[in-house]
Amino acid sequence: MTLRAGITVLAQGRSLLPGAALTLLFAGAAVLSLLWTPYDITELDIANKIQSPSAAHPLGTDHFGRDILSMIMVGARTSIAVALVAVGIGMGLGVPLGLAAAARKGSLLDEVIMRGNDLVFAFPSLLIAIMITAVFGASAVNAIIAIGIFNIPVFARLTRSGALSLWTRDYVLAARVAGKNAARISVEHILPNVTNLLIVQGTIQFSLGILAEAGLSYVGLGAQPPIPSWGRMLADSQTMISLAPHMAIFPGMAILLTVLGLNLMGDGLRDLLDPRLRRTGR
Amino acid sequence: MLRYVIKKLLSLAVSLTVASVVIFLALEVVPGDPAASMLGVNAQEDTLAALREELGLNRGPLARYGDWVGGMLVGDFGTSYTYRTPVSEMIADRIWISLPLALLALSLSTLIAIPAGIWAASRRGSGVDLGVMGVTQLGVAIPNFWFAMLMVLVFAINLRWFSAGGFVGWEAGFWPAIHSLTLPAIALALPQASILTRVMRSALLDTLGEDFIRTARAKGLSRAQALWRHALRNALIPVLTIIGLQFSFLIAGAIIIENVFFLPGLGRLVFQSISARDLIVVESVVMLLVCAVIVVNFIVDITYAIVDPRLRRAR
Repeated sequence: MTLRAGITVLAQGRSLLPGAALTLLFAGAAVLSLLWTPYDITELDIANKIQSPSAAHPLGTDHFGRDILSMIMVGARTSIAVALVAVGIGMGLGVPLGLAAAARKGSLLDEVIMRGNDLVFAFPSLLIAIMITAVFGASAVNAIIAIGIFNIPVFARLTRSGALSLWTRDYVLAARVAGKNAARISVEHILPNVTNLLIVQGTIQFSLGILAEAGLSYVGLGAQPPIPSWGRMLADSQTMISLAPHMAIFPGMAILLTVLGLNLMGDGLRDLLDPRLRRTGR
Repeated sequence: MLRYVIKKLLSLAVSLTVASVVIFLALEVVPGDPAASMLGVNAQEDTLAALREELGLNRGPLARYGDWVGGMLVGDFGTSYTYRTPVSEMIADRIWISLPLALLALSLSTLIAIPAGIWAASRRGSGVDLGVMGVTQLGVAIPNFWFAMLMVLVFAINLRWFSAGGFVGWEAGFWPAIHSLTLPAIALALPQASILTRVMRSALLDTLGEDFIRTARAKGLSRAQALWRHALRNALIPVLTIIGLQFSFLIAGAIIIENVFFLPGLGRLVFQSISARDLIVVESVVMLLVCAVIVVNFIVDITYAIVDPRLRRAR
């Protein structure tokens, strides 16, 4: 693939395959790390500390002599788990709220849900994490909760706006005539038709979750030692960056490539699931 | 217009009140005994009692909430438990790093994104467009604190153009101060600029497809003239909204970026306070940051109505 062709793929949404391939690569590494890693990451090997990449350690070793490739594989597990559960929390709470708001459009319930959404938007997930950590101390669970809370309004808004346009359709009218109540219509007729929107947004929030988890664990608000995470690998590498740039470069590349893969996959899925957008090239 | 502003002011007041209640509940009511969570498990009973007395914890939560909010309204944010100095002074010292940093990053991202977006949209489908879109795809995927570390490696450690961290202080002069904020601001601006470029491009492409642009072309304007005279102003509306929304990400980003460059701003203050379990400082700084986000979005709403008169009537 030439550079020009590569950029075309990146820019024009023919990105599902490269995106899915990158995502699968890191998801696969995370799953594989449950069974096997090139080295045991709990074992310190001080004799071989801060080694540059070599045949024995393709990505080098860190300040404790641990294999960076193995650390990145296990770190993928933390990143993916945190981001995935956070998307689950966002969808699990946001989608029902959005459906309820749309079903009772203009009611007090709708107003309360939407104003609540606005309020949560004023709290970046970092501030939520700061509050939780100030009270309960830092952990990966806190990172999940903080990112998850921030995801709720994203899904609530998306579901509500998608559902509102569906409530005017004839098949919804038919269902009402047939005597189905709002809750049943929401689940049986509205939800299946907003699923495409949710899948695309879910991919985007997943990638934002990976970035947020990396940021939180970088500043010490995420997963705590000895659980490896990409953000903390970067924090550890910071004081040694002039001595051992590879310690900073590879975990960062892992974050970049995972997020890039998810974003490309999200763009590709949107084009696939919503063909109206395909022609405009955005 | 006046009715619109009043309505928005009311909703601003409600948002700020609810946000303050949420923060107060999260940091003072949920932990049960803030004194115990500040002093840790090994605290002596008499130290605990003294701290409870000092924090006024012997009074009901409602009275404490009233004191906290009432104090903030007159600029009294309480006294830091660990530093024994008024929180308002600590904030005043540090805000002159965080605020210029955020503004510098916002200006940089706007200055990069608007021309880049216009450039890409005006040459849609060309190599320029593809290149700009490819770069923005990378820009949104790159963790900004990692990008900051790489910049330190290249520009501070290898080339020695900038210092690797720290802040010289405004008393060293305007340009030296800006110089020490430059790398942090670039790191902070990169993802925002990428998002904004994409929004600018797509808004402009949308507008260029409108009937009034065809009319403008039909009366003899060139494509470039139609773009500059008619399309740009309309395309700026969504760009403005995104700039407002980005402010909250900018604040979150600044907290992390300050850590990369060891800048003694609000972000560093928050983390030091968390390690010291100084809930009073955490509470006030979080409130201040949330307040900033809410007020900026209020200003964006108002600006929006000035730029687009239709909105004043619509709501």
